Amino acid sequence: MEGTTVRGGLGWRQSTLVDTIVETPRVKSLVLDVPNSLAHRAGQHVDVRLTAEDGYQAARSYSIASPPEERRLVLTIERLDDGEVSPYLVDELRVGDPLELRGPIGGYFVWESSMSGPLLLIAGGSGIVPLRAIIRHRIATNSDAPVRLVYSVRTPDDVIYRQEMDRLATSATGIEVIYTFTRVAPGGWAGYQRRIDAALLAEVCWPPESKPTAFICGPTPLVETAANILSTLGYQPTSIKTERFGPTGGP
Amino acid sequence: MGLFSRGFRGRRRTTDVPADRVPPGQYLVDDYPVLSAGPTPHTPLDAWDFTVGGEVSQPKRWTWQEMLALPQETVSQDIHCVTHWSKLDTHWTGVSLDTFLAQVEFTAPYMTAYSDGGYTTNLPIADIQGGKAWLVHTYEGAPLPPEHGGPARMIVPHLYFWKSAKWIRGIRLTSDDSPGFWEVRGYHIYGDPWKEQRYEGD
Repeated sequence: MEGTTVRGGLGWRQSTLVDTIVETPRVKSLVLDVPNSLAHRAGQHVDVRLTAEDGYQAARSYSIASPPEERRLVLTIERLDDGEVSPYLVDELRVGDPLELRGPIGGYFVWESSMSGPLLLIAGGSGIVPLRAIIRHRIATNSDAPVRLVYSVRTPDDVIYRQEMDRLATSATGIEVIYTFTRVAPGGWAGYQRRIDAALLAEVCWPPESKPTAFICGPTPLVETAANILSTLGYQPTSIKTERFGPTGGP
Repeated sequence: MGLFSRGFRGRRRTTDVPADRVPPGQYLVDDYPVLSAGPTPHTPLDAWDFTVGGEVSQPKRWTWQEMLALPQETVSQDIHCVTHWSKLDTHWTGVSLDTFLAQVEFTAPYMTAYSDGGYTTNLPIADIQGGKAWLVHTYEGAPLPPEHGGPARMIVPHLYFWKSAKWIRGIRLTSDDSPGFWEVRGYHIYGDPWKEQRYEGD
């Protein structure tokens, strides 16, 4: 669990966009060819930098969606309508274009197959991205750590990696996928249809005695809520790892 | 350099912001993003205290009420997060770290701030002396919300904001510069935003 991420400096490097995958109307995955592996760990992020012709630059952090085992680096980007960088990445960047990045960054929100205990993954919206890297790493390393993913989305159209998640949910891989739809559920849906709350997590979380590790990623209110509930349910603070996205609305 | 992002113009600032207030690689936000590695601690005020210890002649401890009885300052500061956002003109009320340090004798050149939840971060003592750092309990006129570090956090605005430990409970003075929570995980040992000291080696 512990460990350093960076030794000897992290220079900017030039990757090339080799493919894109439309995940939802607002979300696109960028498949990047990066010279020399980043040697990242599942859950880490990179900084991405854009440069205008007059030298103006803008940089943002994005979670890595691919596990270290895959040759291509995948970033899954949600277009923020008032954003400066994400609309360019989602709408403008074309296959063959270069993209500058540096990383990997972040050494705490990381899962490695050497870590014991079951995994509780809690995602809100695009918070699924680093958790997808963890799930794929878990599969690639043949780890037998049981995984439960709780994935909160507004509507069925907002589910990122839909086919992959449905495939995981129906195959006997030791990975369970539990959706909760907060605005519109699919027709005939019998599962959760509300924001993550104490009753929901009490039903789906691993018992604290099983020494689980929780990874929670999403908008701040969801992360605050889920982390507080898990603490109340008896999870050790050090077993709850959080990553918060997006605007907060306050104070 | 020499690599351009075809067709990228960027969203230039429409308001007049002095360039000397926004460090390189930063963009301005109006909201206040939350970044924390784990759950938010909730320490009751009657259980809260603040300790200056480590390599000092005599460790000193303040309860919440004792801290509030110290001279209070309200300051306006610009803050800069390593994740590239900056926020200008934030207002905080609390106690200058100078006030705490004046009540202990020490020669140690470094310190580690430590917090509820286990967070730590390291700083040279010189960076919390001379009106550069505060222990704050009030943000924009209201009690500091827990997710932003309440009941009390440190602010050291001239360094990247991970140095401004949330949920602070004390500082430990040390002879050596001992890397804290993020500093052992690849972030810069010092973190000067004007030199873009984001990660180790910058």
